[in-house]
Amino acid sequence: MQQALFALFKSMLGSLRDLLPIILVIGFFQAFVLQQPIPGFMDIVIGTLFIVLGLTFFIYGLEMGLFPIGESMANAFARKGSVVWLLVFAFCLGFGTTVAEPALIAVASEASQVAAIGGMILNTPEAMQSYATGLRFTVAFSVGLAIVIGVLRILKGWSIQYMIMGGYILVVIMTMLAPKEIIGIAYDSGGVTTSTITVPLVTALGVGLASSIKGRNPMTDGFGLIAFASLTPMIFVMAYGMVI
Amino acid sequence: MRILQMIIDTSIDVLPIVSIIFGFQFLVIRRPIPNIKRVIIGFAYVLIGLSLFLLGLEQALFPLGRLMADQLTNPAFIYGDLANVSGDIHWADYYWVYIFAFAIGFSTTIAEPSLIAVAIKANEVSAGAIGVQGLRIAVAIGVAVGITVGSYRIVTGLPIHYFIITGYVIVVIQTFFAPKMIVPLAYDSGGVTTSTVTVPLVAALGLGLAETVPGRNVLIDGFGLIAFASLFPIMSVMAYAQISEYIAHRSD
Repeated sequence: MQQALFALFKSMLGSLRDLLPIILVIGFFQAFVLQQPIPGFMDIVIGTLFIVLGLTFFIYGLEMGLFPIGESMANAFARKGSVVWLLVFAFCLGFGTTVAEPALIAVASEASQVAAIGGMILNTPEAMQSYATGLRFTVAFSVGLAIVIGVLRILKGWSIQYMIMGGYILVVIMTMLAPKEIIGIAYDSGGVTTSTITVPLVTALGVGLASSIKGRNPMTDGFGLIAFASLTPMIFVMAYGMVI
Repeated sequence: MRILQMIIDTSIDVLPIVSIIFGFQFLVIRRPIPNIKRVIIGFAYVLIGLSLFLLGLEQALFPLGRLMADQLTNPAFIYGDLANVSGDIHWADYYWVYIFAFAIGFSTTIAEPSLIAVAIKANEVSAGAIGVQGLRIAVAIGVAVGITVGSYRIVTGLPIHYFIITGYVIVVIQTFFAPKMIVPLAYDSGGVTTSTVTVPLVAALGLGLAETVPGRNVLIDGFGLIAFASLFPIMSVMAYAQISEYIAHRSD
């Protein structure tokens, strides 16, 4: 019991260390640059305590739950040998985790405002709502597709750089064709799709697959799934902006 | 009470992932999960941890961060007194914004849970060759530089795709010279950096800046900072590997 408490205390110190830079930055700017009183100081102290505790629990659970399940599923699929089911799973994982992502919902509704002001759609709540929903499903589809492509790459051992470069070329071409209002949001959408739970799961899946397939190196083949998941949304959002 | 609400909200967000995992586990794989009890406890920890983390962020960090982004981009702060506002604005007038952008980019990335996860995994897979802290610091420097450059872009109003396309060219060139084992991880680090902590704060900075600088449109120029924050770590992680390789090479 004492040992467990000690371990918990130690990882809380680690979390506190992770948080220290933010505290220093905010403290410095408040004290020396802005020189304005901080509202609700007690709230901030309590909130910081929550962040430290939360980070500690998250990392504990990560190594107990998320990593093992990602890897055991990768192993099971590799043993089962059914490529189709693996790809269906990959698509569902990408699509399912993205479609409900809060950051994406926020970005989609901002994008619908841009579209309405830019005159691409009618400036009515209904038109904006349907634009935002369409965009969300487009992005979720593109992330599902990205994970499928990434898993195929691991299975076949394709080299990642040429695929990413191909993706970059597509982004550049789409940038020239897409309406210029959508470009900023499209570029941002690549970054917002990958959430805190998706990343560890998808990483464990990739590394697990690469370790259970003969001839694949977990380091060079296991990583890269997230890279695809942050590239395809850019292409698809610009395409969406062109079509609508 | 608010903690409970937060746990419920987070559970709803996590529900699709959990149902996909268990659905496939029971319907397709049809094998018992090894250490099922441990895994479930682990999931519960992740849920509680994420809820507390988000609650803390909303209570402490986000209001403060948004307030600071607002104050720093306030014309009265930047121009001293309102007399100068009508004159030419110079990008260098915004130096505090750049310093803040750099500092907040670095510090939020260090606290980003998904980056910690990927760093732990990379350390494990590379048998210790890639240090957890080294990778996180490399990524954080990339994000810091990216957000600084992105703020400069908002101030000057230059088109975003010039920067991004130049970034792509640098990434492609670096890919040919970087150690092979780092390349996929470097590409990944672009996507993992921007999640729970970084996105809301950086978005607030971008929108505040676009609102303040004369001639900028919030809806068009306010976006794009995240794109910078996910491009520059690719370069910095490859550079980190190149530099470590170079040092190791020289000491031989």
